Amino acid sequence: MTRVTQDTQTTRLHSRKQPQSKTDLFVSFSKLALQGFGGVLAIVQRELVENKQWLTQEEFLEDWAVAQILPGPNVVNLSLMIGDRYFGFRGALAALAGMLTFPLVIVLVLAALFGGVADTPAAQGALQGMGAVAAGLIAATGIKLVGALKHNAMGLTVCWALAVLSFVAIGLLRWPLVWVLLGAGGVACLWAYRCLETKRPTEGAP
Amino acid sequence: MTTVLSGADWLALLVHFMSLSLLAIGGAITTAPEMHSYLVNDKAWLTDSQFTSSIALAQAAPGPNVLFIALLGWNVGMNAGGGMAAGPHAWWLALAGVGIAMVGILLPSTTLTFAAARWGHQNRELRAVRAFKQGMAPIVIALLIATGWILAASQGSPVEHWRGWLLTVVTALLVWRTKLHMLWMLGTGAALGALGFL
Repeated sequence: MTRVTQDTQTTRLHSRKQPQSKTDLFVSFSKLALQGFGGVLAIVQRELVENKQWLTQEEFLEDWAVAQILPGPNVVNLSLMIGDRYFGFRGALAALAGMLTFPLVIVLVLAALFGGVADTPAAQGALQGMGAVAAGLIAATGIKLVGALKHNAMGLTVCWALAVLSFVAIGLLRWPLVWVLLGAGGVACLWAYRCLETKRPTEGAP
Repeated sequence: MTTVLSGADWLALLVHFMSLSLLAIGGAITTAPEMHSYLVNDKAWLTDSQFTSSIALAQAAPGPNVLFIALLGWNVGMNAGGGMAAGPHAWWLALAGVGIAMVGILLPSTTLTFAAARWGHQNRELRAVRAFKQGMAPIVIALLIATGWILAASQGSPVEHWRGWLLTVVTALLVWRTKLHMLWMLGTGAALGALGFL
């Protein structure tokens, strides 16, 4: 962050921070991946938004929406997108490699050494405990992102209605995810499209 | 368990994983039922317990959950090589299985994501692109909270399994309100579970 040289990439915010190099991307995403037990998303949000500040809460939410809708592992998609944004194709590969390399090595070593241990009661118990924690991590990440809805073009009321309906459909009724994403998501996108028409582009728009 | 895989079988494995890749909306884990019926029931390349312990091990280890796919490939290759005791031959086949499985599950989806996300970013001023991101925002938030809910509910009823639910709620509050490192919470959860407190 101490570099004084003018960045050719114009940044929207003067306080904007960003990865310094492809190595930085690789190392950062490796660290994220290695801390992510039972899902990496919670740690990604905390590190990239709250600690490193490469993304704002709003930007994270937008990127996450894209990573979530497209097929494939969400955090893998997200790392690819962020890497590409700063350093193009090679940046995407660096971030992706960071996300996968060390965890892959670890999981294979574990498989080779303890292939059968995963079924013991203690391991199952530990897994259950981590599952309970992981549930809290991911729910809290969602709760924290609610704040990013403040500037949504659809308005807070509509956002809340959509969120509650989707929660009920996915969490309680257990409808297939694809239906909810296409159904509620489709309606929401059309509605947002309408709202963006009536709203004049303001200074807030990038 | 020992199986025989021909070149055509390996190719079939690759093609199958590649076709599932584009269906994996919401993460690779959503394809697990389909993988199970293909690998265990149809082809009998894996045993049932190898399949479940692959998922369990990937969840216990750090990193994205998609790594369970690597373990499935590992086990398919290991079985084809005659098991771990069969020596280097089996280990090489296992590594080949990892490569085929991971390339298969990742290549189509990452290519699509790369192209789509790049297009979306270059056209981020377009009304349709902005509408997509704004419209999906509340829904993906709901999806995250629902995922947490489903994970918590998989423990059983809140009355009977109140300890696990309490752990979930306390974790959520700590993440929301404090800067406490998540590894502390995960370590505590693992220790409580391993000692049988849950």
